[in-house]
Amino acid sequence: MSDKAMSETSAGVRPRRWTIWLPLGVFAAFVALVLIGLLRPADHTVRSALVGKPMPTFDLPPALPGRDGLASAVLTNGKPHLVNIFASWCIPCRVEAPQLAELAKAGVPIEGISVRDSKDNLLAFLQENGDPYQRIGADDDGQVQLALGSSGVPETYIVDGKGVIRYQHVGEIRADQLAMILQKLDEAGR
Amino acid sequence: MKRLLLALTALFALTAPALAQQEQSTAPYAYRQLDDPAKERTAKALMETLRCLQCQGQSIADSDAPIAGSMRSLVRERIAAGETPEQIRAWLIERYGDYVSYAPQLTELTWPLFAVPLVFLLVAFLLLRRRFTLRRDALDVAGDAPGDEA
Repeated sequence: MSDKAMSETSAGVRPRRWTIWLPLGVFAAFVALVLIGLLRPADHTVRSALVGKPMPTFDLPPALPGRDGLASAVLTNGKPHLVNIFASWCIPCRVEAPQLAELAKAGVPIEGISVRDSKDNLLAFLQENGDPYQRIGADDDGQVQLALGSSGVPETYIVDGKGVIRYQHVGEIRADQLAMILQKLDEAGR
Repeated sequence: MKRLLLALTALFALTAPALAQQEQSTAPYAYRQLDDPAKERTAKALMETLRCLQCQGQSIADSDAPIAGSMRSLVRERIAAGETPEQIRAWLIERYGDYVSYAPQLTELTWPLFAVPLVFLLVAFLLLRRRFTLRRDALDVAGDAPGDEA
């Protein structure tokens, strides 16, 4: 009799049966979330947030005597450009040199920004790997690189004729990516 | 064998420095503090909350990567020119996204991180209140009918 009375009074306090499983369910969901985060390969590429926005204005002095420096005004002449951020000390830049040479041969205007470099090293680099650049601006203090949202070398920006950044390529352009780059240039030219 | 080893060592000694010859930033304030100590303190505090983009686990205050030197100079030059730390942070986030900042930003994507603890506190408060008031009711019922026990 007293047992029955007890169970009746505590029935109001006791949660409904399914809610007992709620904390375990929440915990399982949390574990699943952590596992997904752990097992998914991490991508630490820092992309520029400026894609789709106008190129920041800059005016870089020539990196080599007797050559033109690079001003952002050049990029608004109605034709799409490649802006290649590179340096003589950068190994992947050597890897992408043949691809840049091929693009230059196809008539693509390539503008260079050399980052934290010296004239002698740059000259040696161009003699060894070829010189596909129309102009090379010297970004010795790295401030234009920061203004472009670039986090390393090499990086290549495709800028349309109005000076809007349409695509950013992080890392070297490999041979199998040439077609993709040409297509992006074509899209930027339309 | 010994001669080969010697030749290899000589080869590496000759080529290694040539490959890793990254120039340090020529930016004026990469390795130089601002003359005004108050401004240098403000700049240092901001630099400790900005991520080096090359060595991604370090702040630009800790890192010796050349790009971190360029970023330090950017921070110091802008502080000296009178910009606030949050303006500089916003300028960098505009270019690199939230990732560049160690200080969490309140955005469309991150607001649940700030809201959920408050929601949990509220739920805990409501649950506990319900539990305590119910227990008092149960006690009241038990106290009202002492004859039932007998």
